[in-house]
Amino acid sequence: MSQDGVNKGRRTLLVGVTSAVGAVGAGFVAVPFVKSWVPSEKAKAAGAPAKIDVSKIEPGSMLTAEWRGKPVYVVRRTDDMLENLPEHNDRLKDPDNSNKAQQPAYADNINRSRKPEVLVVLGVCTHLGCAPKYFGEVQPQQFDANWPGGWFCPCHGSRFDLSGRVFQGSPAASNLEIPPHSYESANVVVVGVDEENA
Amino acid sequence: MSNKQNTLMGWVDDRLPVTSTYEKHMSKYYAPKNFNFWYFFGVLSMLMLVNQILTGVWLTMNFTPSADAAFASVEYIMRDVEWGWLIRYMHSTGATFFFIAVYLHMMRAILYGSYQKPRELIWIFGMAIYLALMAEAFMGYVLPWGQMSYWGAQVIISLFSVLPYGNELTEWIRGDFLISGATLNRFFALHVVAVPLVIVGLVVMHLLALHEVGSNNPDGIDIKKLKDENGVPLDGVPFHPYYSVHDLVGIVVFLMVFCTVMFFFPEGGGFMLEYANFEPANGLKTPEHIAPVWYFGAFYAILRAVPDKLLGVAAMGAAIAVLFVLPWLDRSPVRSWRYKGWMSRTFILVFAVAFILLTWLGTQPTNELNTFLARASSFIYFGFFLLMPFYTRMEKTKPVPERVTGGH
Repeated sequence: MSQDGVNKGRRTLLVGVTSAVGAVGAGFVAVPFVKSWVPSEKAKAAGAPAKIDVSKIEPGSMLTAEWRGKPVYVVRRTDDMLENLPEHNDRLKDPDNSNKAQQPAYADNINRSRKPEVLVVLGVCTHLGCAPKYFGEVQPQQFDANWPGGWFCPCHGSRFDLSGRVFQGSPAASNLEIPPHSYESANVVVVGVDEENA
Repeated sequence: MSNKQNTLMGWVDDRLPVTSTYEKHMSKYYAPKNFNFWYFFGVLSMLMLVNQILTGVWLTMNFTPSADAAFASVEYIMRDVEWGWLIRYMHSTGATFFFIAVYLHMMRAILYGSYQKPRELIWIFGMAIYLALMAEAFMGYVLPWGQMSYWGAQVIISLFSVLPYGNELTEWIRGDFLISGATLNRFFALHVVAVPLVIVGLVVMHLLALHEVGSNNPDGIDIKKLKDENGVPLDGVPFHPYYSVHDLVGIVVFLMVFCTVMFFFPEGGGFMLEYANFEPANGLKTPEHIAPVWYFGAFYAILRAVPDKLLGVAAMGAAIAVLFVLPWLDRSPVRSWRYKGWMSRTFILVFAVAFILLTWLGTQPTNELNTFLARASSFIYFGFFLLMPFYTRMEKTKPVPERVTGGH
């Protein structure tokens, strides 16, 4: 094929411009495909608040409820349990709740709760999302000889105390999350609703 | 249009290169005559790929990809569908044997330096296949929607939360605020359509790149250096019929082992189908002991060996990423470990033991001894690769013969 009379500069420019326009077009076409992966309207609407009657929980034991498909742990702590909380502060990664994202302002205290005895916490390990197992008793465990009570994650061995605060030496970096919650009456806690919206 | 032959085949060849393609890849593809046991695993990997595609297509005919029905539909396949149990066990056992073949195939490449120049691209396509295969296997394991499906997906998807915008990213992958039917459905689409297409495409590239430069051999010698008067390598034999028939023997033996496992140990002692997966998914309760299926054990053990979330995920990613650059880490003047020095030979063996140990540890609960072993093995794993530029250059290699040894 003859190359006579070919304006190479113009050819390069045209190839460049058409490629650029094509790339922009491809970018626009990619948007619906990428966006179709985000949670659907149905998934977003499924987050209704969960109501839990805490009066039925025996002191020292735990109840598991469901909110947005995730486990919510509710523990009625005994006075002994509450008194023990400050004892092991030096073994924790974040004893003073410095990571503000892990609890609402009203739970930013050592009990990490509205009512001192009732802890409402998400049962989702902050490491890789497993549901930690409750070991409420103060007794030596295989995973910790000086176990002060709390949660142990079966997946990767993260440990949390009875306020959901993470122990040093755990793969998890932050404390368990306290979900927004409020009391509808003396004994009914509503998970997913802060007081101001109740 | 040239008229090669006045026959039907000639007519076709003028329009589609059937004969020349067959000759290039089969009857005139000259493979070294000294292939040994290790050279079965390429064709065995392809056999398993065909098995997975065939049984997979049949499984989709009765599987229901929804959170409400998936678990029950797998039980339906196992109990009510004619021969459904066999097709499912062929698929689940096939996954294990696919990985066995692929791991031994990779080991062969490491032993004989098959990744070295000029075969870097073959190795890279192979690694891309391995990566796609891991994604494929992971998503496939989610589909039966048992407890391990659910919590395995939870853990693996949570790995992405260490990246910037991690929460948005994991939400995007799941399509929900937790693992749900949305996740199951998209994994089904990816497992059944998207990833298999990618794998098949990569396998084609892998083979085209191999046939361009020719196969390596246990001596790591370039057989194209010495050719006869017709341009045929002196140490080469046509792939068909020599190796095609030879490979049939390997296939028969491999399938005998495959069938023994499939018929007598389809759950593989909990390493292939975990016992917790016989319980339907429950988002509120994590199984007591959560572990990956065996073929992910090594990387999972590396993840757990690091007592920090971000660094653990980084180490796991690096363990896979480092494989891709292997061709540029090996500075040895010889390919095969037969002629490498004692340091390379020792390191390859220790590395293989460390990898097997990591695979085992990844399936076991953590305790102090296991954590120690996992950490030591992780150091060996990375040491093998990161020290390779040094020990392969320092050591004294043996002289490489002109012609291949062994083979008749």
